[in-house]
Amino acid sequence: MSTLSLAVRDSSTMLRRNLLHMRRYPSMTFLLIGIPIIILLLFVYVFGGTLGAGLGPSGDRSQYANYVTPGILLITVVSAAQGTAISVAMDMTEGIIARFRTMSIFRPSVLTGHVLGSLVQTMLSLAAVTVVALLVGFRPTANPVEWLAAIGVLAMITFALTWLSVALGLVSDSVETASNLPMPLILLPFLGSGFVPTDSMPTAVRVFADYQPFTPVMETLRGLLLGTGIGANGIITVAWCAVITVGCFLWAKALYNRNRTA
Amino acid sequence: MTSSMNPAIVATDLRKSYGDKVVLDGIDLMITEGTIFALLGPNGAGKTTTVQILSTLIDADGGDARVFGHDLTREPDAVRALIGVTGQFSAVDSLLTGRENLTLMADLCHLERAAGRRRIADLLDQFDLTDAAGKPVSTYSGGMRRRLDLAMTLVGEPRVIFLDEPTTGLDPRSRRAMWHIIRALAAEGVTILLTTQYLEEADQLADRVAFLDHGRLIAEGTPRELKRLIPGGHVVLQFADQEGLDSAARTFEAATRDDAALTLQVPNDGGVGSLRSLLDQLDRASISVAGLSVHTPDLDDVFLTLTGQPDTRASRPDHERAPAR
Repeated sequence: MSTLSLAVRDSSTMLRRNLLHMRRYPSMTFLLIGIPIIILLLFVYVFGGTLGAGLGPSGDRSQYANYVTPGILLITVVSAAQGTAISVAMDMTEGIIARFRTMSIFRPSVLTGHVLGSLVQTMLSLAAVTVVALLVGFRPTANPVEWLAAIGVLAMITFALTWLSVALGLVSDSVETASNLPMPLILLPFLGSGFVPTDSMPTAVRVFADYQPFTPVMETLRGLLLGTGIGANGIITVAWCAVITVGCFLWAKALYNRNRTA
Repeated sequence: MTSSMNPAIVATDLRKSYGDKVVLDGIDLMITEGTIFALLGPNGAGKTTTVQILSTLIDADGGDARVFGHDLTREPDAVRALIGVTGQFSAVDSLLTGRENLTLMADLCHLERAAGRRRIADLLDQFDLTDAAGKPVSTYSGGMRRRLDLAMTLVGEPRVIFLDEPTTGLDPRSRRAMWHIIRALAAEGVTILLTTQYLEEADQLADRVAFLDHGRLIAEGTPRELKRLIPGGHVVLQFADQEGLDSAARTFEAATRDDAALTLQVPNDGGVGSLRSLLDQLDRASISVAGLSVHTPDLDDVFLTLTGQPDTRASRPDHERAPAR
């Protein structure tokens, strides 16, 4: 069997394993969807009136629901990534990983199984969160092509952050560490254009907000879903996703291949 | 070793350290195809590390090893295709059912779907797991987990199986069931390297036994050969006072005395005839004995003699001293 078909076959076997885990224990999935939905409701119904007024003279709560949704979608991705880091760290404590390492299989398939499983899980979470956003006043103007492009952007950033969280799960020596390491990621939509426009921020924060990877992703999503300007953000998004994916894939692979003494 | 015996595993001068701690200090192994080889030693002797190296889980710092001629470091995948490992900590997916675990293995071994299903049904039947096949492994007992673990190892029909303490923590009945399975595998021509802390287990199962202590092999041979390394059977006589011990020591010249414990160790094969003549001798000399225990040599004696570990059991006060004959 060629390396490629071996890789596809073993990765899909491992994907089936991860999907079975999720189906059998759906509580994690619900927990991970819960966080972004609570933040969404909080920001629309508690802060939305005031923050909406800050968007411009005609700004109100319903306009803020539109503004905040791309940021909430990224919170959903980050929340799912945290779940991935936890489940990878938990998996590494299981004896079955040692078994996989002594089998003649495509070695990274354990990891690709986690990544593909998380990708499926995250896309389902994103669909659920989007439905809630529509219920609370999110009114996208996207045509079908723009919707597909938005889904593609979300899949790209999910793929990149999932590889990052797989690496974080592998580098953690305990499940607690794996749960804490991705925490800073959840702040990034706040320290970007996710909840308020960056030009309202003090200079130092604004510079960080403008150049961190989440801002171009959120601006691209906003452009695709709500028709605001995208500019160079689309290309910057693709570049960031590619860099994070490749870097974290190599990092995770090296971590997985190192000798473990356990 | 005759040349007609095909070596399944050959290792030369394996070394492994973690930081300053030397775990394996130059191990040589040669295991013939179709035999059961037991690696015996206390906790921390390096048994698990040896299995981890030979099963390609970790790299040795030095030395080399081959499985059916395939070098562990240069052709790890060729080695992996030939081996199966059942570790000390059960290598099953506890979130899945027994059948799903086996299906996972069949898929990873790239069995055809129909062939995989047949193999799984056979293994579930052979390991008495058919009734529990649809239940999550988290509900299994220790013995069931261990059987599933071994069944998963066997899905790919490995030619060499590593069993790291396969019966640790099992109740006596499950242990015997596991022994039965291991013997049946060897009878089919599978080569088995098993590690154990139980001398009885090695004695029961193994064609050859090696003692591992502090990262070194201190003895290797068949159980029979190893038992020959130590004094033969004996009877330990317990006395109530020094006087009794003194007169008995005069009667049995070949015996070894222990003044502190008031015991005398008399060489004896433990047979009824020789016991009777020993008792007759005691009778004739009018020596009163407070207690008597018969001792036939087992691997325990070999191990304790070789490692020089203090033996705390009262009935065996002699292991640190010179052989009785």
